[in-house]
Amino acid sequence: MSTFFSILDAVRPDRPRTRNAENPEATRRSDVLLSVSNITKRFKTSRHDTMALQDISLDINQGEFICVVGPSGCGKSTLLNLIAGLDDPTSGQLVFDGKRVEGSGADRVVVFQEAALYPWLNVRANVEFGLKIKGTPRSERKDIVDRYLELVNLTKFDKAFVHELLGGMKQRVQLARALAVEPRMLLMDEPFAALDAQTRDVLQQELQEIWARTRATIFFITHNVREAALLGDRVFVMTPGPGRIKAEITVGLRRPRDPDTHAVVDFAAEIRSALQNDEYTGRGQEGNFAI
Amino acid sequence: MLSSETAQLWLSTAFSLKNFGRVFRIVRLIAFYAGLILLWHLVYKAEIWPSYVLPGPRPVFDQVWRYIDNGILFDSVYATMQRMFIGFGLAFVIGMSIGIANATIRWLDETLGGLVHGMQSLPSITWLPLAILWFGLSQTAIIFVVVMGSLFAIAISARDGVRNIPVLQRRTAQVFGASKLQTIRYVTLPGMLPSIAGGLKLGWSFSWRSLMAGELIFVTAGLGHLLDLGRQLNNISLVMGIMIMIMIVIIGLGADLLLFWPLENWVRHRWGLAAA
Ligand SMILES: Nc1ncnc2c1ncn2[C@@H]1O[C@H](COP(=O)(O)OP(=O)(O)O)[C@@H](O)[C@H]1O
Ligand SMILES: [Mg+2]
Repeated sequence: MSTFFSILDAVRPDRPRTRNAENPEATRRSDVLLSVSNITKRFKTSRHDTMALQDISLDINQGEFICVVGPSGCGKSTLLNLIAGLDDPTSGQLVFDGKRVEGSGADRVVVFQEAALYPWLNVRANVEFGLKIKGTPRSERKDIVDRYLELVNLTKFDKAFVHELLGGMKQRVQLARALAVEPRMLLMDEPFAALDAQTRDVLQQELQEIWARTRATIFFITHNVREAALLGDRVFVMTPGPGRIKAEITVGLRRPRDPDTHAVVDFAAEIRSALQNDEYTGRGQEGNFAI
Repeated sequence: MLSSETAQLWLSTAFSLKNFGRVFRIVRLIAFYAGLILLWHLVYKAEIWPSYVLPGPRPVFDQVWRYIDNGILFDSVYATMQRMFIGFGLAFVIGMSIGIANATIRWLDETLGGLVHGMQSLPSITWLPLAILWFGLSQTAIIFVVVMGSLFAIAISARDGVRNIPVLQRRTAQVFGASKLQTIRYVTLPGMLPSIAGGLKLGWSFSWRSLMAGELIFVTAGLGHLLDLGRQLNNISLVMGIMIMIMIVIIGLGADLLLFWPLENWVRHRWGLAAA
């Protein structure tokens, strides 16, 4: 099995090449954008004392698409919040772009699962929101918003209000709003989990294309192993709470990927077995898996 | 915050009679009041009570006309509405600030929040003696009473309105690096509107009641004062006429139609039917 993965891994350099065409610097594998070291997060209230994350360490490189899978309640959102700077770790540290993470900022933007759009603003104004906060001059905002509305295929709906949009469209608005501020890293917390299967398929394809075009670094949480295999360069598999990383799987497949190809299905199966098996110790010879 | 498009929406929804169903309802309403006046006239004609107890519609309308003609009625309506808008406006600003502060600062909510709930249980007219002792028989005293009438209802609904904003909407502002002020301006203020209309209406009606009571008791000018004048002059037609005028002022110029209905309509337009 592990030779199978190393063969696929050998195919991997293919991916950076397509994206290197535009900016070779951005995708050099050794460029660490985020470094998480020995993170612990404990929620202590008068009634509960929850160990949410235990000893998490990982590095994320510039331009990578990282997926995180794990059972619900294992601390995925907690980890994302720490990276976003919405919360502080109990111990350990996060270094983003060479600086210690302290608080949130438009260089790490989050796309939530739902209900994060502003109902009193129309689609255009929602996408404009981050730019307004950032202080981008009004004259520049319109062009930027137009560009990102086009990127997510919502140009025709720019005057619509949130309650008039379908679930998939809402997620596209969130995506456009996040990308509009040109973050270094896009954090996505189960963004497609509430969508029907068909809409999810479409958005997964669109996200692959958008990622290829924008060269964003993406940290993507999901509990859908097929989604992880389809989208991720590397997939981190977490244990049930307290969350630890029990496996790291490198998905060395060419892009764009098709969810129905055997290779993707096989990777999905591999991720699932890592997820389900308590004694999972798969350790690739090339370092495909690590505990 | 309000674009011209929004302003247009306010105007067109507040005044348009496009809808046939609404025209019908208005005609029916007019017929109802015409019937009521006719009934009053018939009861008067039956001479069950002497005319100094129950005057007919005619002398009452004559009185109203006299006070319209000599300008006193308009001056009174003006004086009353001025107190109402100044007092309610102050209560709105102070109440919103208290509400937002209570919603965002936990220790404040646990201290001041409880006091606000306690104060709200006081009938607003109970502020009147205090107002007179503090400010004398003055405009300030009456405005104080109006403010106290609606302040707490507004503060409570403002606090709840902020609390009802979905967590992720506030967190989104944080994600984009919004400052505290930016969060209040771009998220808290607009986001609380759906829940605040009820509190504004409640506050408005409390303020109105305490204003009438206050004018009745001690302040010159205003509709309440005119009512008291009628009593002093033993002029029952004037008293009844002014009471009718007060109802008309409330229903016609009243809060529901001009102030709050457009707000509710705006909310329905933005949030969808579910919210309103
Ligand atoms: N603010 C909080 N206060 C207390 N406990 C929390 C808080 N946030 C998360 N938790 C707990 O931490 C654990 C991990 O939660 P979360 O990160 O949301 O899981 P996931 O996103 O993987 O489903 C859960 O047991 C949850 O109850
Ligand atoms: Mg979660």
